[in-house]
Amino acid sequence: MPGNLRVQAISGHSGAAPGSGAQRQERVAKLIDTTTCIGCKACEVACLEWNDLPFRETAFDNTYQTMPQTAWNYWNLIKFNEHTAADGSFHWLMRKDQCMHCADPGCLAACPADNAIVQYQNGIVDFQQEYCIGCQYCVTGCPFNIPRFNPATKKMFKCTLCTDRVSQGLEPACIKACPTGCLHFGTKEDMTALAQTRAQQLRQHTAHTNAGVYDPAGVGGTSVIYVLHDIANPEAYGGLPANPRVPWAVRLWKGPLKWLGNVAMIGGLIGVTLHYLRFGPKKVEEHGK
Amino acid sequence: MTNGWVDIKNTDMMLIMGGNPAENHPCGFKWAIEAKRQRNAGMIVVDPRFTRTAAVSDLFLQIRAGSDLAFLGGLIRYAIENGRVAHDYLVNYTNAAFLIQDGFRLDDENGVFSGFDAATNVYDRSTWNYQEAEPGKVAHDFTLEHPRSVFQLLKKHYSRYTPEMVERITGIPRDQFLKAADLFTGIRKDGDMKKAGTILYAVGWTQHSSGTQTIRTAAMLQLLLGNVGRAGGGVNALRGHSNIQGATDMAGIFDILPGYLKMPNPADKDFKSYLERTTPKTVKPDPWESFNYWSNTPKFAVSLLKALYGDAAKKENDWAFHYLPKIDRKYSWVEIWDDMYRGTIKGLLAFGMNGVAIGPNSQKNIDALKKADWLVVCEIYPDETSEFWKSPGISAEEMKQIQTTVYRLPGAGFAEKDGTFVNSARWLQWKNAALPPPGMAKLDQEILARIFLKVRELYQKEGGKFPGPVLNATWSYTDPQNPSLAEVAREINGRAVADVTDEKLKQTIQRGQQLPGFAWLRDDGSTAAGNWLYCGSWTEAGAMIQRRGTDDPSGQGIYPNWAWSWPANRRVLYNRASCDAAGVPWDADRKQVWWNETQQKWVGVDVPDFKPDSPPKDHMGPFIMNPDGVGRLFAPAAAFVDGPFPEHYEPTESPLVNPLHPKQSSNPIAKRFHSSMDKLGTVAEGYNIVCTTFRLTEHYHYWTKNNEMNVQLVPEPFVEIPAELADDLGLRGGEKIKVTSARGEYVAKAMVTRRIKPMQIDGRKTYQIGIPIHWGYRGISEDAGRTALKLANLLSPAVTDPNANTPEFKGFLVKVEKL
Repeated sequence: MPGNLRVQAISGHSGAAPGSGAQRQERVAKLIDTTTCIGCKACEVACLEWNDLPFRETAFDNTYQTMPQTAWNYWNLIKFNEHTAADGSFHWLMRKDQCMHCADPGCLAACPADNAIVQYQNGIVDFQQEYCIGCQYCVTGCPFNIPRFNPATKKMFKCTLCTDRVSQGLEPACIKACPTGCLHFGTKEDMTALAQTRAQQLRQHTAHTNAGVYDPAGVGGTSVIYVLHDIANPEAYGGLPANPRVPWAVRLWKGPLKWLGNVAMIGGLIGVTLHYLRFGPKKVEEHGK
Repeated sequence: MTNGWVDIKNTDMMLIMGGNPAENHPCGFKWAIEAKRQRNAGMIVVDPRFTRTAAVSDLFLQIRAGSDLAFLGGLIRYAIENGRVAHDYLVNYTNAAFLIQDGFRLDDENGVFSGFDAATNVYDRSTWNYQEAEPGKVAHDFTLEHPRSVFQLLKKHYSRYTPEMVERITGIPRDQFLKAADLFTGIRKDGDMKKAGTILYAVGWTQHSSGTQTIRTAAMLQLLLGNVGRAGGGVNALRGHSNIQGATDMAGIFDILPGYLKMPNPADKDFKSYLERTTPKTVKPDPWESFNYWSNTPKFAVSLLKALYGDAAKKENDWAFHYLPKIDRKYSWVEIWDDMYRGTIKGLLAFGMNGVAIGPNSQKNIDALKKADWLVVCEIYPDETSEFWKSPGISAEEMKQIQTTVYRLPGAGFAEKDGTFVNSARWLQWKNAALPPPGMAKLDQEILARIFLKVRELYQKEGGKFPGPVLNATWSYTDPQNPSLAEVAREINGRAVADVTDEKLKQTIQRGQQLPGFAWLRDDGSTAAGNWLYCGSWTEAGAMIQRRGTDDPSGQGIYPNWAWSWPANRRVLYNRASCDAAGVPWDADRKQVWWNETQQKWVGVDVPDFKPDSPPKDHMGPFIMNPDGVGRLFAPAAAFVDGPFPEHYEPTESPLVNPLHPKQSSNPIAKRFHSSMDKLGTVAEGYNIVCTTFRLTEHYHYWTKNNEMNVQLVPEPFVEIPAELADDLGLRGGEKIKVTSARGEYVAKAMVTRRIKPMQIDGRKTYQIGIPIHWGYRGISEDAGRTALKLANLLSPAVTDPNANTPEFKGFLVKVEKL
């Protein structure tokens, strides 16, 4: 955990996160302007190289997209979609897909392992593999289908938003590699303003009269925001959900019904105690006799 | 490029055609995006496929490969018909007003220009010239109304390129063409000169049997619109390799010497007759001036010979002119392979290029190598060329028959060498080596130096035919076996061989000193320079090419202290034309250079590309490299071998007969070969699909197939085919198809896409497919047996453009079958 990032929230942890509130840190955000993305995959390569992710064999799949979806060792993937709009116009949409770093992260809410997922005050949501128990509950919690399981290590992985770089005042690796400047990084406030200005420019000066900024309220906003040519149709960009929400089951489980789990757990403990008192310690049968 | 990469940010309108910069020049493409973001610049993309460039454009038109000239001709017609031309610019800076000889004409019926000899397929070009009022004085009509004026002839020539004709030839529907025409020429609406439009192109224009003329059409369109010499304007060739511009400047081509000096031919009996032939004489209208900078050719040529042969080049021996090779015919790429195929070339040194893969007609090249005595390949990976003897399909018996000795030399990769890259913007940029070459690998210059010194040693010991050029070549490097590239760069810049004095400046460059610029070159043997264009790049003040100054005072992206650009560190060529005839910038917001009346000279934020003290009232033409001083709408005096006005000819393999002149469908003087390997296919034989080759962002030529990272991004070859064609074939994406041309076949998985649509060509439904070229029979996927082990260029024809000798890699005919 990078030392100079302040923690906002921790998974599987009761009470306030230690150290939160001691210092304020500004929220950061990545801005992805899909209208100037050329699908060059420099961000994919930069992500692999900075994070030292191992080679993954790929196969031709009738697309320019490197693989169908992100993988435990491939956190940044440009999704390519041939799209015919309602007016009959043809578009080839390219969207950089990665963890959205939600302000209200479903993965963190769903995670039962203390400290396995943390949210920093700057908005980055990060997995701490040393505490991960591999239960994959985070997959259920994520409305963007991002967390990935490595079957060899039984740990979950995803984009870290380059916490190691950001904590040292650098931009994430993908941002640095982008040749067209379709990727920007800065405070959430600045990125939002930049995105709105760009969307307005598109509406006024191009055929994209319905351009807009994707920063979904259903997850409290995200630390990765998009400028889309057509804000009404995020699904066209390789399945970007129109209205993402943390699943109700996760919300109930970690919210109003948390007591139920606690009761169940306490009930279980009582049961175990009664069982012990009634039958005594379990004897291990000797083998080989 | 007339302009430069960064300058694209200054544009108001982009026409991107014959190139796919988002995919093949992603870093340079940032400036196109910048123009969109900062200036709301428009972007029109015209391509056979909906590319990643098209994905960020404002308007995309799908064109049939090989019909670009017809589209551009249509734009010329549209601009003239709709008054979207820069009238003052045309009259003052082009040859629009010049009168042309009466004998010149296009024979509409037969589709050839005057002077064509059908028996030999050669033009007598004597009528393709100006009328001269008296010797050296061009007859003219500044009202542009004379029927023999270039403007009227041009108007008539392109009147045939109607939107309907453009639609028949290119497959671009009339309404879409008109939309693009209105958008692009819109920058000259109502004669307003403030805005500027640029044209970006690459090998999608050059790789055709009429490639040179296509680029000329673009240049003419830009002259008509007054876009040349302007910030955000120009005709901009996006060069495909990091140093291809440098390779051209340094004469990596058979018909030029460094700095674009012409190659001697056997008719040049001596140096004088060579200079007589190659030094242009000023031709201009009487009231105008012409700088005719090429009149300095003798200075450039003598300085080159002094650089090549040192003290052995003396006035008494014609500066050793007789040492230079004389070319009696073409020795271009395709000719070299044809010569080897016919057995007249016996050996080949292949450095930094994979000859059999880059084609065209790869099987012929593979077979040619089988006949050679020896082959030396210097590479960083085992490649298809060095393993031609085990190319797929060869039998064990045939392999035994091959007698070619193959030597493989381990070369150094780009990051292991220092030296310069010259980019598309003509910037010479020095780079340092990142790490030493591994193992036994050697730097290129060491390998070449060692071969040269060994050959010289043999000449010294054993003599031989014509030893002079080898024995007397200058080789004064600190380490002759491994010359430092810094020393070579200094040599190319040039130095004073004796004291050189400029009387006007009252300044002397002393013997041995580096020359500050090409104005100092002399034809008396007192200067030596390996390339006059690079003179000024490494002076006594240091290595200009190593500069890294990031100041940009004008905000136009000129960065005058970043590296060094030829010529004379000018960033935009012909920038005199950014001003009106009085020397005032057309656009006050993008001032580049201007006439300063007080100082009586041209000043500005860029280096004026002009005679610095020539006042506007003298009316010197801004195109100082042309002997007439003007931009040429009509190319006089034998500049091009296939016509002074570009005319649309069909590719040598075409799905239709040219509707403009059915009797002469394709370029009559495109170079064709006639070996049994050089077959051409026809629609009648079933070759009815137009095929184009292309490159991907994820790969670099035939090289990155050896790198895991690139292989991961795009693992195996494919063929892009329209969804409708796939339906016809009962084919789904990922299934294998076989593509066959008259020359060979290619097998790969199908990428079924809606990014290529069926087209109506001359009323007939026509399909077009695209093949990325990056695979062969050596590489990670190849060695793992995951690709078909075929070369895309097994399909392409060895037919070449008659001016630039570039093969027709794009727009040939194939048939497609499901496997």
